[in-house]
Amino acid sequence: MQFNNFPLSPPRASNFAQEYDAIFYALVGLTAFFTLVVGVAVIFFAIRYKKGTRADRSRPMYENLFLELTWTIVPLVIGLVMFYFGTSLYVKMRTPPKNATEVFVIGKQWMWHVQHGNGVRENNTLHVPVGVPIKLTMISQDVLHAFYIPAFRVQEHVVPGRYTQLWFTPTEIGEYHLFCNMYCGTQHSEMGGKVVVMSQKEFASWLSEGGQSSAPLSMEQAGAKIYNKVGCNNCHGAEDTLRAPSLYGIYNKRRTFADGTSLIADEEYMRSSILRPYDHITSGYGQTMPIYEGQVTEEDVLNLVAYIKVLGTPTAPSPTSNVNRKSASATALGTNDATSLATNAVQANTDDPDASPTRRAGSPAVGAVAAEGRNR
Amino acid sequence: MSSPAITKGELKNQPQNEEVNYLNVEHTISSWLLTGDHKRIAMLYLVSASFFFFLGSIAAGLIRFELTSPAGVVLESETYNKIFSAHGIIMIFQFLVPAIPAILGNFLLPLMIGARDLAFPRLNLASWYMFMVGGALILIGMIGGGVDTGWTFYTPYSSMYSNTQVTLVLVGIFISGFSSITTGINFVATIHKMRAPGMTWFRLPLFVWAMYSTSLLMILGTPVVAITLLLVVFERLFKLPIFSPELGGDPVLFQHLFWFYSHPAVYIMILPAFGIISELIANFSRKRIFGYHFVAFSSIAIAGLGFLVWGHHMFISSQSMYESIVFSLISFLVAVPSAIKIFNWTTTMYKGNIRLQSPMIYAIGFLGIFTVGGLTGLFLGGTGTDVHLTATYFVVAHFHYVMVGGTLLGFLGGLHYWWPKMTGRLYNDGIAKVNAVIVFIGFNLTFFPQFILGWMGMPRRYHYYYFAPEFQAYHIMSTLGSSVLGFGLILPAFYLTMSLINGKKSGPNPWGAHGLEWETASPPPTSNFLETPIVLDEVYDFDPVSEHEQDMKDLDKWESTTDHQSFPTEDHH
Repeated sequence: MQFNNFPLSPPRASNFAQEYDAIFYALVGLTAFFTLVVGVAVIFFAIRYKKGTRADRSRPMYENLFLELTWTIVPLVIGLVMFYFGTSLYVKMRTPPKNATEVFVIGKQWMWHVQHGNGVRENNTLHVPVGVPIKLTMISQDVLHAFYIPAFRVQEHVVPGRYTQLWFTPTEIGEYHLFCNMYCGTQHSEMGGKVVVMSQKEFASWLSEGGQSSAPLSMEQAGAKIYNKVGCNNCHGAEDTLRAPSLYGIYNKRRTFADGTSLIADEEYMRSSILRPYDHITSGYGQTMPIYEGQVTEEDVLNLVAYIKVLGTPTAPSPTSNVNRKSASATALGTNDATSLATNAVQANTDDPDASPTRRAGSPAVGAVAAEGRNR
Repeated sequence: MSSPAITKGELKNQPQNEEVNYLNVEHTISSWLLTGDHKRIAMLYLVSASFFFFLGSIAAGLIRFELTSPAGVVLESETYNKIFSAHGIIMIFQFLVPAIPAILGNFLLPLMIGARDLAFPRLNLASWYMFMVGGALILIGMIGGGVDTGWTFYTPYSSMYSNTQVTLVLVGIFISGFSSITTGINFVATIHKMRAPGMTWFRLPLFVWAMYSTSLLMILGTPVVAITLLLVVFERLFKLPIFSPELGGDPVLFQHLFWFYSHPAVYIMILPAFGIISELIANFSRKRIFGYHFVAFSSIAIAGLGFLVWGHHMFISSQSMYESIVFSLISFLVAVPSAIKIFNWTTTMYKGNIRLQSPMIYAIGFLGIFTVGGLTGLFLGGTGTDVHLTATYFVVAHFHYVMVGGTLLGFLGGLHYWWPKMTGRLYNDGIAKVNAVIVFIGFNLTFFPQFILGWMGMPRRYHYYYFAPEFQAYHIMSTLGSSVLGFGLILPAFYLTMSLINGKKSGPNPWGAHGLEWETASPPPTSNFLETPIVLDEVYDFDPVSEHEQDMKDLDKWESTTDHQSFPTEDHH
């Protein structure tokens, strides 16, 4: 519970934040002032001129051109002044400097792919160096998304079929929220992650080491990615369900089938069960699994088989389960320290680089899910 | 023009027996469902729109409940998305847009201008049927699978990706939209052609001016959104390439077409409330509205400029920078007529003879809330400031300040004000006053924390925020406030219904108000006026000075004999 925690402003971490906040607070002042003027006047009149009070009501006023012009021109002038400041900030936000470092972003339901100029890729996380102007060139693979970094005060839609741009210069080292802020379907609220602002030196070494997160995947890791991507995880979880048997620890075990025959679950059995599941239906289950023949490449199948072989052992990358996610995040909340964000920029990026879209990279939930997987 | 359906019995009874009114003239169900009487149609709208409001409120309650915990409470994301979509769609298309025009406007417009009915009574009834058929389709869609696009139906999600009941709901909104168009046509024709002798344009009550502006917006804007939604349906069903880039369309085009209607729709919702507030402030201050012409023309100015600002919803949509700047400039101009209204209402109270009865409490609450709602619009109308705030809870708070704090408070104030006229009964004004305060407090407690949430960067339409637990405290505050607000919205259903059972008879003019509607019986007879009224003076023809002198004379008598919680008799003119 965070009841002692009523933050009143977002962190200020980009070149736009200071100017933005100045305009914002000026508008807050303006709003407070006029609300007070109207509020005080209304309450004062309501009390003073309440029916039955002995107030002076002589010479009532019904028209007054001077007053009307006053409250036509004053709001107009204030409006034009605010228009000027707002527009001048907007023009800056829409005009990236020529020397900006380019980073490319692809949005898709429900994750962000980021690609740096030297080929380093990351998901749901954006690493940037402090003090360097960064220009994002963005496109969506499916529906509308919006790339939103509150601490930087920047946001832009990510549109299918056309590039959009966003630029900023990070000014404070730290970790900040990254949100998708254009409703994009079921898991819209979980499409996001973090922006990591590093010192220029650390960023340079991060980038030259291939961003750690883009290290070549082991076959098991690649298999885990496909397992989640093609949806195996939706039915085959840690335990048998009505829909599907668990695949944990089935390697080299004997499987009994609906027609009474049985086989040892070797690599060949796994491959044929993925591509043509109805050749051998495990006893007790119906014909519910989709046929993957033609849907996945042989390379995918190899990786999947490698992954299924280690499923349920401590070395396995954890699968993402839609059932686990919520409880995991709830667990994470209990242990989450509100200050963990915006600190610790140097922390190595140990996130699963190809985390399934159902999981926020870098959120405490990831660790919790992994721990849960290992405990089984 | 045309005459309402008058039965033989009514013609015979009416002159001898003034107790016969539009409510008791006939009692059969078909006499309600086939009526041409604008007052009965208004009551049909009152019952049906209240039903939709109830459904929309349940959805709102579920949303607030779900957001008390960062990882959700009971719902799956899929369900949550359907529920916030249902909340928006029902509240906007089936309550906020029709509420004031179709309920209070329908009832009052002919009464206020001294007409026997609207210009096209059967078209008026047809409007209600279109509203109900549209509403039924929307509900069928929501029960039979729901719709998860949000009320904005942004493409290509709505046209190509969502596998929910989008088509059915869009067709429902399309049909319901035509009820707006026909109501608008009816109002414009009535105001132009059916004013009583002597009812010149500048003697019209400001509520009628507001209805006129609203009608123009409905007639000009609704067809655009109707066609746009139909195009989405065509793209869904026939893969007609309009909005989806996969087919060769442009997703941003949808936003232009949608907001071309939906921004004016904001004014369709708020202008009628402006009209009500003008009536309430003038009548409860016993004073002619200050700057009548400015207030009247500011409605027209808002309606006109309202068509030229749609692009301020799209500053970060990839539209051209120069386009955004022009839209921003025009948006700041709309602030001016809104400010004119606020200041004129406030000044009207100066040297008035103010009755603090329940409708006036709502009006005062409206002034405070709408001022905040309007001024926070400056944050969003400015291009640079909008970039960070758009689509966050700041926007949610802003438009609820305008839509709930403005339209709903205006509607409640108007309903309390004209309830005795509509039903002939007085409700308990003491409870009503307390309720107005409850609504005000509950409203601010619900929506003010959302401004801070948005400023902090909390995106709207988020089911989970476990990755940002710093938002939770404000969400809990907001949810607590919403239960107070919910209580304040349920209570009127009870005391207003009670007034029908045991309320005192109101008589024609319980408030001592001015306006033609108060010169006929409460409830009015089917033909509204037994003889055509002739208008000889200005609408808010109060004299606070002499009334005050009379008050002073009556003061002792008033304090010793009258129960302050009930309506004072206004017999000292």
